[in-house]
Amino acid sequence: MELILESRAVLAKELLHVWRARARLVATGTFALATLLLFSFAGGLNDAALRENSAGYLWIGILLASTLALGEGLRVETEHNAIEMLLLLPVSPAAIFYGKAIGNLLVLLLVGIVMLPFLTVLFDATPTEGVGPLLLCLFAGSAAISAPGTLHATLAARARSRDVLLPLLLFPLVIPCVVAAVQATHLVYAGDPMDQLGSWLGVLFAFCVVHWSVGGLLYSRVVED
Amino acid sequence: MKGRWELIVGAVGGLGLLAGSALGLWWAPQERFMLETGRILYVHVPTAWLSMILFTAAFVGSIGWLVKRRWGFDFLSEASVEAGVVLGCLLSVQGSIWAHWTWNTWWAWDPRLTSVAVMVLSFLGILALRSFVDDPEKRATWSATATIVAWVNVPFVYLCVKWMRSLHQGQSSVANIDPDMGKVLLLNTVAVTLVAIYFVVTRWRIANAVHQREFTE
Repeated sequence: MELILESRAVLAKELLHVWRARARLVATGTFALATLLLFSFAGGLNDAALRENSAGYLWIGILLASTLALGEGLRVETEHNAIEMLLLLPVSPAAIFYGKAIGNLLVLLLVGIVMLPFLTVLFDATPTEGVGPLLLCLFAGSAAISAPGTLHATLAARARSRDVLLPLLLFPLVIPCVVAAVQATHLVYAGDPMDQLGSWLGVLFAFCVVHWSVGGLLYSRVVED
Repeated sequence: MKGRWELIVGAVGGLGLLAGSALGLWWAPQERFMLETGRILYVHVPTAWLSMILFTAAFVGSIGWLVKRRWGFDFLSEASVEAGVVLGCLLSVQGSIWAHWTWNTWWAWDPRLTSVAVMVLSFLGILALRSFVDDPEKRATWSATATIVAWVNVPFVYLCVKWMRSLHQGQSSVANIDPDMGKVLLLNTVAVTLVAIYFVVTRWRIANAVHQREFTE
């Protein structure tokens, strides 16, 4: 119970931080949309191919935007030594991790939701299975990126060449979750006659359980050293 | 030379690998379906096992460092990750050459191939992390954390051919192949293990020497 209350307090601080730095949030969303446009050109402006691959473009856009969102969030705290101050407060490091990870999850979810109408406009992709399953895919995929992302962004923020280091550490780790998220989202867009959506969502939730647990356990080692 | 027992271990391993590979090429029976290309088994399977064992050793070393704070565990983790990445890259190259002749493609987006690539890339990132952190204690702790997270993929690499439909064949072991093939596979597995021990101990000694220098400077 204490962990939940502490995490909620850290989350409130994170959201306030995001709100005060709204320009950064807008920049992250714009970056994600720019990647969608770039994919249109990379796909040779073939309408059928663009529609078929739209789920992949969505998740690569979110993944690339996540390095900006995660890296920037931790950079500000590290530069001003705010993380040290945070550790002086009577909250457990696990609560700091969960507060930050949920904050990052909400940011990624927001970026994904903003991208959805553009996916329909640019690629003519409409969710055959409905908006509910699509939002569930977005939620599960964003959660699977935000937990390991928060842990590794904290590591990278205090190392040299952090901008290179975060993608190096994060991208290989989240490939399985991106594969599952792309497959699940594709099924929502293209239709799911074989009932495979549940399996891919199951993979995503299993990934979340592992990384949200491991992250909570290890975060104290990362921030207290 | 005194006290460098790993040189003897490495030399025995190297000779064993040469002997095992020669036996695998010319003495062991041909695989029924893959014919001559099946002989890759004698180097590919030990490489795969050892890369996963080394990453597991790195995982154990990382937990050891986080719990006990003894430098030996950090050296073990560093040495095992490096040797594991070398074997993991070799594994991918061997598999790719084999796939070119058997599947008519250098690479297939198969669960086993993809998960091995993810595993090797994850541990390569940890080597990068080590080189970007100057403080030895922070380097040890952060890389231990990242190693534990990256290791989560290792059991999946081993089990994915059982869990998922895969182009890659199931796990080969001494128990499920011809006895003569099994003898050669066993010989090469022991040999590759000895070579891996040589690499890890040598790298452990280098890590120790670097550590001594960092603390005297």
